[in-house]
Amino acid sequence: MSIDLWYAMIGGLLFALAFGAFMAHTHLLRRLLAFNIMGTGCFLLLVGLSQHGRGPDPVPQALVLTGIVVAVASTALALVLLRRWFAATGQTTLPEDTHA
Amino acid sequence: MSGAALPIWVLASSLLPAMIIFLLPEQTRALRTSVNLAAAVLKIVLVALMTWRVAQGQLTEVRFEMFPGVDFVLRADALACLFAGLSALLWFTTTVYAIGYLEGAPNRSRFFGFFSMCVASTMGIALAGNLITFLLFYELLTLSTYPLVVHRGTAKALAAGRVYLTYTIGGGAVLLLGVALLYGVAGDVEFQPNGALGGVSEDAWPLLRIVFGVMIAGLGVKAALIPLHGWLPRAMVAPAPVSALLHAVAVVKAGAFGIVRLVYDVYGVDLARQLSVLLPLTIAASATIVWGSLRALWQDDLKRRLAYSTISQVSYIALGVSLFGPIGTVGALVHLLHQGIMKVTLFYCAGNYAETLGVHKISELDGAGKRMPLTSAAFTIGAFGMIGVPPLAGFVSKWYLGLGALDAELPWVLVVLVISSVLNAAYFLPIIVRLWFVPRSEPWPEEQPLTGRWETSRWLLFPTVATAFFTVAAGVLASFPFSPLQWAILIARREYLP
Amino acid sequence: MMSDALRAALIPLVIVVPLCWAVLCLVQPRRSPSLLVVPGLLLWMVVSLALCWDVATTGVSMHVLGGWREPLGIALRADGLAAGMALLTALIAAACGGYRLLTPPTADDPTAQRWFWPLFFMLGASLNAVWLAADLFNMYVGLELLGLSAVGLVAVSGSDNAVSAALRYLLAALLGSLAYLLGVALLYASYGTLALSGLAELVTHNTTTHVAFALITIGLCLKTALFPLHGWLPPAHGVALSPVSALLSALVVKASFVMLLRIWFSGGVGLLSPPMAQLLGVLGAGAILWGGWQALNHPDLKSLVAHSTVAQIGYLFVAIPLLASGASPGLAWDGLMLQITSHALAKSAMFLASGTLIVAVGSSRVEDLRGVNRHMPLALFAFGLAGVSLMGLPPSGGFSAKWLLLQTALAGGQWHWVATLLGGGLLTAGYVFRVFRASFENSSDDRFDHTPLGWDVLALLLAGASILLGLAGSAPLGLLRTGASIPGLIP
Repeated sequence: MSIDLWYAMIGGLLFALAFGAFMAHTHLLRRLLAFNIMGTGCFLLLVGLSQHGRGPDPVPQALVLTGIVVAVASTALALVLLRRWFAATGQTTLPEDTHA
Repeated sequence: MSGAALPIWVLASSLLPAMIIFLLPEQTRALRTSVNLAAAVLKIVLVALMTWRVAQGQLTEVRFEMFPGVDFVLRADALACLFAGLSALLWFTTTVYAIGYLEGAPNRSRFFGFFSMCVASTMGIALAGNLITFLLFYELLTLSTYPLVVHRGTAKALAAGRVYLTYTIGGGAVLLLGVALLYGVAGDVEFQPNGALGGVSEDAWPLLRIVFGVMIAGLGVKAALIPLHGWLPRAMVAPAPVSALLHAVAVVKAGAFGIVRLVYDVYGVDLARQLSVLLPLTIAASATIVWGSLRALWQDDLKRRLAYSTISQVSYIALGVSLFGPIGTVGALVHLLHQGIMKVTLFYCAGNYAETLGVHKISELDGAGKRMPLTSAAFTIGAFGMIGVPPLAGFVSKWYLGLGALDAELPWVLVVLVISSVLNAAYFLPIIVRLWFVPRSEPWPEEQPLTGRWETSRWLLFPTVATAFFTVAAGVLASFPFSPLQWAILIARREYLP
Repeated sequence: MMSDALRAALIPLVIVVPLCWAVLCLVQPRRSPSLLVVPGLLLWMVVSLALCWDVATTGVSMHVLGGWREPLGIALRADGLAAGMALLTALIAAACGGYRLLTPPTADDPTAQRWFWPLFFMLGASLNAVWLAADLFNMYVGLELLGLSAVGLVAVSGSDNAVSAALRYLLAALLGSLAYLLGVALLYASYGTLALSGLAELVTHNTTTHVAFALITIGLCLKTALFPLHGWLPPAHGVALSPVSALLSALVVKASFVMLLRIWFSGGVGLLSPPMAQLLGVLGAGAILWGGWQALNHPDLKSLVAHSTVAQIGYLFVAIPLLASGASPGLAWDGLMLQITSHALAKSAMFLASGTLIVAVGSSRVEDLRGVNRHMPLALFAFGLAGVSLMGLPPSGGFSAKWLLLQTALAGGQWHWVATLLGGGLLTAGYVFRVFRASFENSSDDRFDHTPLGWDVLALLLAGASILLGLAGSAPLGLLRTGASIPGLIP
């Protein structure tokens, strides 16, 4: 098994684990972390699967770079909202999730 | 202005006033009244012009594509002119009546706006040249009458509105299904004498039977065929001019008119007979006639008695249509007009009693003939017409229906007609006796003081007298050209002798 | 006649114009933004109109940004669907922007004043990026930008409810786009291309492809708020500022849906198996019932309208099995296009009218609309016209859409969809008339606030447009068919 496929498999594993965490937790910060790990898993998979032994393929790298930028921006927005929510209500979970 | 575009102008002559009236402030009474009356007169003129063109046999049609495969078609044919003429005439009298009736009431701009839209929809139904255009205005009628039914805004009115909507929107959905099914079989179905389905192969006949049933069910809601009539007595909470319009021209008639179109101009009498779908319709109509009359007997509320009477009387139209034969057709078509004129008279009278004397119940009407002689005379004429006393309008329609039944070799239908006439007499004569021959023993519930030389407001009285006069004239002058009867004979001739 | 250089620039301009104004509004916040915003909206409209004209007269065109070819460059493709949606976006954005401009500035807090316009134009730019994207990755970028600006716009109204709704929306959007990205990664690994046209030639039936398409579908369904993945939508659309709700319901949920359409019918030709299509249709039917039922019972006016969006999205998915069955793809495609456009117009009108009513009444509860009829006839009229279209009563775009879909269902003998389409209309009538019933109730007190007349006019214009679409639907449908790739459809 090639090293690239290893990356991809680990990426898939990370994605699955983090997805489980995303669904299981209600604490917003934990969900946000889970999202970031899912993202990382996805990027690993993208880079790992797309190596065809013909040298580095620029496309997945461009994709991953864009993806990382998007993920960082999303995380920042989520953090702003989360802090606002916490400041306004003292809660770290969404209202519908607290009694779930 | 080109004559072929007349249908659009007829439609616009009530749609545009509706828009103008919506935008008028509540207090501009004089302006609103002028717009209303001017539009009503203009419409009568336009319909008369259109009828003239049709009598000359000129094509009067407007069409454009709504979306691929479906056209919007307005076309004036003889049948359309019959219904449009009735609507235009009664819209005028009812507008006059409503102006008097709503004197000083709130929300008049809203009322008259929707009132005009309601008439526009009726015109559209009359002039629709294909099933989809018909459906379009049929639904528009539902939407524009709802605000009129709930106009008073009371809990009772809102509850009635809810029932009304449940029935009519449901009926509309059923009709849509029928129209869509038919489109699947025969494409864009345009109305034409002898039917538009002539080219359909025999394989599709079972489906055509089902579609006929579905569409009759959809139309039957508005036409108040039993068991789909439940909304009508409840809708009586609406103001009197609305009830008058609903019963005489707009909603109930739209359903009946739809049945006429369906049988004659979509299926065509020959195909309908071959499919043997008319007998069930005859039976349903007969049952409705007898049952509505029976229920009317037990109502003490005057408007409710009239409502059940409508259920019964409108089914005469469906009955005449289902008899298949030129004479039954004449009976059905002429009754479409005659019933409207007579019923509108009766509703005006009921409104006059309620507004002037505060009387809503039949048991409170004792001696009203002395206090309001003209109204009571009009009521008497309307009631005698309904019973079918010669030479009034109702006699003419019942005569042709009876002849049509004999022609169709369905003698039991004659029995239905006789029973119905006896029942008509049984529920109308006691009212007439109370009006004229039972002396008054107690004061009126809420009598309005007399303000002019007439027994009630001129705005209320004149339309009542006018329509009572039409009831007499339609019967007496039945053999003159352009009388309802002659026009109905013209339509039947075009239908049966292509 | 347009010069070739201008024509070539049109496609990117549709994205660049709103993007420029997003930046301008960000660096140049003003107390009265009209001077800045109005020219932007106008220019945006002109560019979109020109693009539509170009596509209608000369057909589909492509543009490669900066001359960089695929796969690294950004390729944009303007077909009829893209141009039509871009024009629709410009129209609805103009109405919503106008509504916002007419809102008295003291009405809300400084957050909204600072952030509304940059996010608004950003939303427009990203919507257009999604419509015009020609490959899976550009779609992803557009969708992400769209999600972020939409979340920002929800949060901008500043209330606690808005913040929590925005957070919920953000989490759902992020999850959806990751599922999508994972699917894209698998496809790229298998086929080495991201262009839809390239994929269409290569795709074969195998497990990886199926998993990839399933992931993409689930992710996009989550973003489109298909039942039962719709939980995030009603709170977000219900608490946002009215023009924002209008934009979100009218356009944003459609973006992911249009992506789905493109991916199934342009990229993954033949991959949508009949049972899969039926399943999506069943979910759509579930959405119609569930959303309709919720709208019938929800006490809050804007939540009622938001649940109605859930139900109307259901119609889009009901069209999928009809489209995939191939019985009469032209009819199904036209019906679907009309459903997308007329719902967009009607729903934005309905949200704007609801917002006006809520301001006038001073309460967002349906039952507090008692007697509002007398004071707000125009707003109610707009609400009613929009309702006519949503109910699918003639004449309206909604009716034409329902009619075309009904014909497809009947032609294919798919009776369960006939029942769904008719039953859904009845439910819609139920909740639309709930509002009217309340407004006709008698009420003696005169507690209504005045609202700008322009608000009513804008809502009326949008609602009128959705009606007009029913009377003159042939020309827009002709445009939307240009370059559509549906098997069996003659363009």
